[in-house]
Amino acid sequence: MFSRAARSWVLRTTGGGLGTRGTHSPGGSARSQGKMASYYTNHYAQRSYPMPDEPYCTELTAEQQALKEKEKGSWAQLSQEEKVALYRLQFRESFAEMNRRSSEWKTVMGCVFFFIGLTGLLIWWQRVYVFPEKPVTLTDERKAQQLQRLLDMKSNPVQGLASRWDYERKEWKK
Amino acid sequence: MASCALAKPQMRGLLARRLRFHIVGAFFVAVGVACACKFGVAEQRKEAYADFYRNDDSMKDFEEMRRAGIFQSTK
Repeated sequence: MFSRAARSWVLRTTGGGLGTRGTHSPGGSARSQGKMASYYTNHYAQRSYPMPDEPYCTELTAEQQALKEKEKGSWAQLSQEEKVALYRLQFRESFAEMNRRSSEWKTVMGCVFFFIGLTGLLIWWQRVYVFPEKPVTLTDERKAQQLQRLLDMKSNPVQGLASRWDYERKEWKK
Repeated sequence: MASCALAKPQMRGLLARRLRFHIVGAFFVAVGVACACKFGVAEQRKEAYADFYRNDDSMKDFEEMRRAGIFQSTK
């Protein structure tokens, strides 16, 4: 229940952004006449929660109310257009519409790369203006001496460092 | 609506089918990974250690280390 509410909030904020990004809204005469359900009280359907609590159009014109009355009878007497109109009254989007792809991933990846780049710039500035001197043990000469000591004491002689060193020829094994 | 009649989709047992598929798959994947680990890692490592210790002369190694001067207790 909580996850549904949380998911509906996420969908509203991201889906709202999607909706305003120029995706075509499903057309139809029913839509243009009925009052749309308030966007903030009725999250539209998701694949994981396909039956919203309220129908999409709650204020119906006389024509739509007549259709609703007809719906109470046998459904075999409804024409194809009437069935589609009833569907559109009840649901905001069809399954095909709600599951459509979006270009959101491009925005996400763009922002990810942007912030990675920004972080790189910040760290570069830090390296120039903040970091202290490197310790003397990190100079190349000292690192070579450390490596020589490791090889002298034959560290990890079975599968590790010293196993890669050829002690007769004093060079790395090919 | 039904001018062309669609076949009735599978209505029941969907979770059971999904579980069976994934449990069987997970079992074989796990067994496969375990075999790969055993032959790729464990057996290889055992062989490396066996090869190393077959002709290992620890006193010779000690003398080499001592001559290199890494010990504090002896020269």
